[in-house]
Amino acid sequence: MPSKEEKIIIPNSGEEEIPVPLDPHSQPELTRLDLKRRPCLIDIDKAKRFLSARTFVIAALVGLAVLLGLVAQAKGVTAGLILRLAVYGVMLGSIIALGAIGLSLVYGVLRFANFCHGELLTVGAYIALGLMGVLPRGEPLRPFSFGWEFLVAMVAAMGITGAVAYGLHWALFRHLRRRGSSSAILAMSTLGAAFFIRSIIYLAWGPDFRFYYWGRPRPAWQLPLGVRFRPDQFFILCLAIGLVILLYLLLERTKMGKAMRATADNPELARITGIDTARVIRWTWMIGGGLAAAGGVLLGLDAQLRPEMGWWTLLPMFAAVILGGIGNPYGALAGGLIIGVAQQLSTAFIKTTYKPGVAFLIMILILLVRPQGLFGRRS
Amino acid sequence: MSLLEVREVTSGYGEMEVLHGVSIAVEKGQIVSIIGPNGAGKSTLMKTIFGLLRPWRGEIYFKGEDITGLAPDQIVRNGMCYVPQLDNVFPSLTVQENLEMGAFILDGDITPRLERVWELFPLLRARRRQRVGKMSGGERQMVAMGRALMLDPKLLLLDEPSAGLAPKLVDEIFARVIEINRTGVAIVMVEQNAKKCLELADRGYVLADGRNRFEGTGKELLDNPDIGRLYLGGLKADAQ
Repeated sequence: MPSKEEKIIIPNSGEEEIPVPLDPHSQPELTRLDLKRRPCLIDIDKAKRFLSARTFVIAALVGLAVLLGLVAQAKGVTAGLILRLAVYGVMLGSIIALGAIGLSLVYGVLRFANFCHGELLTVGAYIALGLMGVLPRGEPLRPFSFGWEFLVAMVAAMGITGAVAYGLHWALFRHLRRRGSSSAILAMSTLGAAFFIRSIIYLAWGPDFRFYYWGRPRPAWQLPLGVRFRPDQFFILCLAIGLVILLYLLLERTKMGKAMRATADNPELARITGIDTARVIRWTWMIGGGLAAAGGVLLGLDAQLRPEMGWWTLLPMFAAVILGGIGNPYGALAGGLIIGVAQQLSTAFIKTTYKPGVAFLIMILILLVRPQGLFGRRS
Repeated sequence: MSLLEVREVTSGYGEMEVLHGVSIAVEKGQIVSIIGPNGAGKSTLMKTIFGLLRPWRGEIYFKGEDITGLAPDQIVRNGMCYVPQLDNVFPSLTVQENLEMGAFILDGDITPRLERVWELFPLLRARRRQRVGKMSGGERQMVAMGRALMLDPKLLLLDEPSAGLAPKLVDEIFARVIEINRTGVAIVMVEQNAKKCLELADRGYVLADGRNRFEGTGKELLDNPDIGRLYLGGLKADAQ
């Protein structure tokens, strides 16, 4: 019989203490029970936990930012430039986040990586462009460079792109899933869909740059420290925040939103519980597609439209999703902002062409240190 | 006709047959325990009843209707709920949200149903805004059972509700099972904790190698020397 003292503490998730009796007879040979020494297993675990703790990762990110700031000082980069890049990074990050949230939702509910999510941004941007060609052109809503027709086209493009996203699922992914295809096959099929969609855009609009308003002046506000900010960019930021708040309300307050989170948590249990998973999947694609379209339209408004615009946003979006924790829409939001700012700040030191490399680097670091992401749960 | 009748069901995973013709019957308001050694097919039987596995042969009747081959989301609408052994809660949702999801298929006001679950598990009411992922094993089990009760089922399938819990909590969970049963819910329970489980059961089935081995009232099975030696004696020897 094990005596009362023979007890070791085993890390467990619950609050209550679970006594684990130790039987000296079943102990491995050549080992002796020494209760004064804490098992070293726990210490290694503790160190690992510390390294991968959310606070540590955040502290490391902040530390890295400070270090970069110091280097910048040494290299003579002005505070004004840093601030300008940071502000622009937040705006770009909010666009990345709009795409990343949908990507994360789709992954959470359907459990495959959607490589054509970038293309949904492009589709949204070009559908809005197409609609604007049909709508009567009004006066610009000063101080912004766009008129009412742009807003109408954007909202319509969000709805249409949502339908396109679900259409893709209905026509393609649904059948693969029903056949029990692996997530690798599904991811490959989304990659195929990405090329397909991009080719259609090339066919319809050609490979050249497009603008929502060709040649219209876009004045900028002069802010302190030499920061220039266009009203359009302010609009982009506000709209992105507004959409995220709407999404938050949907996910937290509505029955469908809660069902989406539940399905992302555990699809099998959702089905057992009686949640209409087919409806959840439809909503997930509609919302993911709609947010992606908004991201694409805003990206087009900030710069220009190109058939590859979404494809080039895919890597930062994936980095944002992984950084925030796959399947967690709020993590994707935080990840998007961090990636956006990091990418922009990097241009103070390295060539703009290497910008995607920064997202890639952050993604790899996170995968090494904390694979479950900032807000993910350990599985 | 019985509330649930499983007739000569054969089932398994992929090519591997696990159940080789198992039959059980559950009457209205009964607690039925299914015990047996590891690999006897207890959990497989539960999954097959609930439509997570399609029976290869045999029939399953619930409330007199043939439910053989129905999907879980259809079975749940008929008034049967299932609590799996593992991963039986939505960790990122709060306690209350977990219960709300339990009533997903209902349209109207679910407050009275929530109230019923709160009465059964007062601890959950106090923690209803807490995320379930941060709760202990015993609390999660209560959330999982509460979620399954939201639909006011006629039959509740519990797969090892006491697995991995501290002895004190095991008693607590069994006490709740009895209380749930008193409200008129029939319960089918799979357990490793065979002795305790048979003590509170109206009927028990012993499965071995995917076949019915013994059946009878809980007391009969407890008193049966063969079962005592094969399935309960082993446990007693361990405990000493």
